Amino acid sequence: MGALNTPSHFVGLDAARRSGVAGFGLPTRRALAASLSLAVAGLFQLTAAAQGPKPAPADVSASAAVTTPLPAASAAPAAAVAPAPVSSGQAVAPPTSPLGPEAAPMTDEPVLEARLLKLSEELRCLVCQNESLASSRAELADDLRREVRSLLSEGKTDQQVKSFLVERYGDFVLYRPELKPMTWLLWFGPFVLLLGAVSGLGWYLRQRRKLADTAPAMSDAERARVDQWLKD
Amino acid sequence: MKKFLIPLGLFFGLVIFLALGLQRDPHEIPSPLINKPAPAFSLPTLDPKAGTFSPAEMQGRVWLLNVWATWCVACRQEHPLLVDFAQRHQVPIVGMSYKEIQPQDVQAQGMDATAKLQFARERSQVWLSRYGNPYVLSVMDLDGRVGIQYGVYGVPETYVIDKQGVIRYKAVGEVTPAILASKVLPLIQKLNAS
Repeated sequence: MGALNTPSHFVGLDAARRSGVAGFGLPTRRALAASLSLAVAGLFQLTAAAQGPKPAPADVSASAAVTTPLPAASAAPAAAVAPAPVSSGQAVAPPTSPLGPEAAPMTDEPVLEARLLKLSEELRCLVCQNESLASSRAELADDLRREVRSLLSEGKTDQQVKSFLVERYGDFVLYRPELKPMTWLLWFGPFVLLLGAVSGLGWYLRQRRKLADTAPAMSDAERARVDQWLKD
Repeated sequence: MKKFLIPLGLFFGLVIFLALGLQRDPHEIPSPLINKPAPAFSLPTLDPKAGTFSPAEMQGRVWLLNVWATWCVACRQEHPLLVDFAQRHQVPIVGMSYKEIQPQDVQAQGMDATAKLQFARERSQVWLSRYGNPYVLSVMDLDGRVGIQYGVYGVPETYVIDKQGVIRYKAVGEVTPAILASKVLPLIQKLNAS
């Protein structure tokens, strides 16, 4: 369900559009993109930190570069104004990163954004129907994400947001329909079918075995005839 | 012989289910808003002199709410029907111009809210004078937030709202003569009689 989305796709929709990384369809590609962005982020921090006033710790982990709100972003402009003190041979590099300026953080509220992302992966886009609200780039999806974002920042719970949408668009917006008498068939139907099929199979097998047990055994004359046929 | 009848029966059962499935439009999502009060809103009208409109003003009347936009092709297709309907029947149709300004409208980029509203009004007015105006009035839902309240997910959409302000019917997509004759008109007559 959620495998279709990358976080960058969601919060940085415009950035994703520009760079053309949106629309990865496969989990493997997603993983590829994620590792690539991790690598890039790590590289960024390493180069930026090397130019900053403090020498970089040698073990800047790539994951920290993603979860922490990029301390390098503040260090880089300072380095551009005043040349960094020479701490190692690397300082001969130009003051700005060869990869261009550091991207601005995509959101001021990463916790809210994460909730929005998680929630909108559970919601269906009504225009594209087989895409989640998180992955869809339809305009209505944009609007609904904005609506969900504002509801969340008002302090609504996930459940309240879901019922807000269900009240307006119906159960269809939920990828996982609620369990209620209307949806019993949907939830339990397959298991009922499976149960039926298994018991049908059991009944058939029992019937067959009974038939085999009760079938009259061959007489000696019949056996001799079969042997004769087999020989011929 | 009996042995053949079972798979044959299953096969026809499957055929019937598939045939029924093919008849259905997957884009038509039953609205949960039917028989619920029409969400309240207050929006600027197309006519700048008329101020704002809210559904409470229609209390006591059966009316239609038609969601439209000048960029919407299906709206243009259904429009003559609405014009004709408004001429022939005493049913007020309120238009709701939904997200008239689209992201791809380069002329409107960088405009402030007032200029955007002005721009949308002008374009909608031109469109209505060209294709006819079936609306008693039109409201401007520029950011589409009222649309979300009404569960709009495709334009055009048409709602029948009764005297108590309850939504009684919703047509997604363009209305057809068949829908008007078989669903909308009888319903309006029934609601008006009650």
